[in-house]
Amino acid sequence: MIEKDFNTQAFESRSQCCDPQTQIETRDLTLSYKGKPAFKNINLTINRGCITAVVGPSGCGKTSFLNCLNRLSDLMPHCEVSGEVLFDSKNIHEKKYDVGLLRRRVGMIFQKPNPFPLSIKKNLLFPLKEHGVRDPKEAEAIMEQVLMHVGLWNEVKDRLDAAALSLSGGQQQRLCIARALALKPEVLLMDEPCSALDPISGSKVEGLITQLQGAYTIVIVTHNLAQAKRIANFAALFWFQEEAGVLVEQGTALQIFDSSKNEITRAYIQGVRG
Amino acid sequence: MPLLKTNSSSLWQSDKLLAVTLKSCGVATGLIVFLIIGFLIAEAIPVLKTTGISRFFTDPGWYPSSNQFNLTPMLWGSLYAMVGSVLLATPLGIFSAVFCHYYAPPLVAKIYRMFIQLLSGIPSVVYGFWGLVVLVPKINEIAPPGTSLLAGILILAIMILPTIMLTADASLSNVPAQYLRGAAALGLSRSATIRGVVFPAARSGLFTGVILETGRAIGETMAILMVCGNIVKTPTSLFEPMRTLTANIALEMAYAMGNHRSALFVSGVVLMLFIISLVVIAEIISSKAVYE
Amino acid sequence: MNKKPQLQDRFLTLLVYGSVISVSWVLFLVLFDICVTGGGSLNLEFLFSEPTSAGRTGGIAPILMSTLFILLITMMVSLPLGLGSAILLSEFSSEEKLFGRLVRRSLDVLAGVPSICFGLFGNAFFCKRLGLGFSILSGGLTLACMVLPILIRSTEEGFRSVPKEYRLSAAALGLSRISTLWHLLLPAAIPGFLVGFVLGVGRALAETAALIFTSGYVDRFPRSLMDSGRALSIHIYDLSMNISGGDENAYRSAFVLVVLLLVINFSASWVSERWLKRKIVLS
Repeated sequence: MIEKDFNTQAFESRSQCCDPQTQIETRDLTLSYKGKPAFKNINLTINRGCITAVVGPSGCGKTSFLNCLNRLSDLMPHCEVSGEVLFDSKNIHEKKYDVGLLRRRVGMIFQKPNPFPLSIKKNLLFPLKEHGVRDPKEAEAIMEQVLMHVGLWNEVKDRLDAAALSLSGGQQQRLCIARALALKPEVLLMDEPCSALDPISGSKVEGLITQLQGAYTIVIVTHNLAQAKRIANFAALFWFQEEAGVLVEQGTALQIFDSSKNEITRAYIQGVRG
Repeated sequence: MPLLKTNSSSLWQSDKLLAVTLKSCGVATGLIVFLIIGFLIAEAIPVLKTTGISRFFTDPGWYPSSNQFNLTPMLWGSLYAMVGSVLLATPLGIFSAVFCHYYAPPLVAKIYRMFIQLLSGIPSVVYGFWGLVVLVPKINEIAPPGTSLLAGILILAIMILPTIMLTADASLSNVPAQYLRGAAALGLSRSATIRGVVFPAARSGLFTGVILETGRAIGETMAILMVCGNIVKTPTSLFEPMRTLTANIALEMAYAMGNHRSALFVSGVVLMLFIISLVVIAEIISSKAVYE
Repeated sequence: MNKKPQLQDRFLTLLVYGSVISVSWVLFLVLFDICVTGGGSLNLEFLFSEPTSAGRTGGIAPILMSTLFILLITMMVSLPLGLGSAILLSEFSSEEKLFGRLVRRSLDVLAGVPSICFGLFGNAFFCKRLGLGFSILSGGLTLACMVLPILIRSTEEGFRSVPKEYRLSAAALGLSRISTLWHLLLPAAIPGFLVGFVLGVGRALAETAALIFTSGYVDRFPRSLMDSGRALSIHIYDLSMNISGGDENAYRSAFVLVVLLLVINFSASWVSERWLKRKIVLS
């Protein structure tokens, strides 16, 4: 069931259920854009099967940070990355690291739903084919499975050949999640996945994200603190320091949102709340 | 166990092949300019070696058969035609663009733009032909022989007008709307807004347009060849016939041999140098515009 | 209120309307003359018969044929090269990379090279050095060099109209560049490519100076690509300059050429407005 009630009890119980086992670890990760650092010396631990929320004011490098975790930063012009991102103890920013494989293992969901201008079916089958699923039956089975998983199957099963762009915003975003899931990733990076959607579609997507917890490691960037509080097990707060983003505090969502000792964190949480 | 076979090594190989193919396309297209310059220079060298550069300015005249290669009449011819046509076309083109943006109702502006594009689509040989059969006889009635610098300037001006008009049009549409709103809020008149706000804001675009049309004017061959009379003599009035560098090449290339042929390539090199310096100037203007 | 600004306003209005009216009037004169004198006496026989008496009488069939062959060579050579370079410049090389910047700058210069210089180069390189002589092949190859900048610029424009998000999400899904290109970028860039193709044909069709001493003057049917062939624009030039009494047929040929070019240019701007949602301004 997707539409569950997300109350604080569920949130607290989740915090405990999570088995803190490191999957991704950044070490002194710094990204400079045209020689100017966007964020500096980030040391963040991301645990397997948990939802980690990255929060903070706009422009402090949260999205750039996310892009470093699947090396999408390679595509940004004028951008330089230093430091390490250890994914299962291997530094993915090493030259030899297989980027194709990395990006299959680390899926990404963008702020604006961005299905390809192809049919719904082709949006899912084409990346699968790219990653070596040549058998059409196998691919279609995966397609059905992931569409069911994101709760889209009943809505689109009769019009799989329709253009993906004809779907509503929320449906498009769930299609994008399905597209990422089809590649059987271990990690999902989400860059404000609900903020471009209307509240109802947004809450559907949010529900879907909580469902994915446990099976996938999720890193979600969000401006919506209430949402972060509802769904996250762990949280990290980015803040400006000398015009560059830095990591102010990380910990369980409970620590960050309710009992932080850090001045900045408390001010930010309260300021936004009030 | 992952469901997906990761054949990423083969993926990278196909990507590498693609990159190599594209790179070679890029190298080939990038090399063309160098090939052109190289061949022009290579063909120009023989005459430069035997006669030297200075004789292109000091020889008694252009008598290639007796090894005299004074290019100055043609240089002046090209320069006069270029300056005259740019002076004529620039205001016409810029005012046309102003008309489309600040005077005409949208429909009229659209039609006028289409008109200008139509103008730009007509090939130079057709303009030259029209000039020869319509314009030249008209000028002949005023001051014979009719084929003249004036005819060249008029035809060239018509031909380069679309270039300046379309670039000016594009740079006027890039003038931020808040400037115009600001000017309107201050109660500035239309002419004051255009002079004081629009032109300064669109300055670099307008300059680029002028440079582009200058390049066009200096390089144009057919039209000017057909209406200028092609007599090798520095013109002393608008009504005298004259010959440009480009026309000289087009007229004599077919039968030129040895040093004569080589001398024509020298004028080709001169044209290229001119164009390259225009590109450099345009580059400087546009890079300044970025940092302003 | 003082009178001065009003006067200035009137003066500017006068200048603006004066320019517009004179420009329109000249354009009207040219088109009217070509259409009435050239179009009025045109018949189908003119298009399908051979020229006689050095072109004074007869038609332009072999000339149209040569023109077509020259265009075919031009496009066959420039399309793959142009597409490859456009992909390279827009998708594979960023502004800060030296190689891409070099190629871009050299294309900028190439776009400004006067057509007569292309003619000189074509004569020296294709006709003499490669030994192709005055031939349709030499002419076509020379024009191919000439239309490349137009082709590349508008194809790039097509690629630029593809949203950045497609590339990002394709990369995030770990797709290879080649299939991103094939499945996502190329389909979206087709209109730009089409516009480039049409504009390139237009430019090649209008060209005269680059062809005079590369493809030559011969006005009979070409027997092979190595044969010399006279393009339509050269036919007009020759009739009006070198053949007395050729004006009538020059008018007709000019009319044919202008109509062809108008059709070409309008289809290009139709495609670009319909699919690219922006104009490609040639300069």
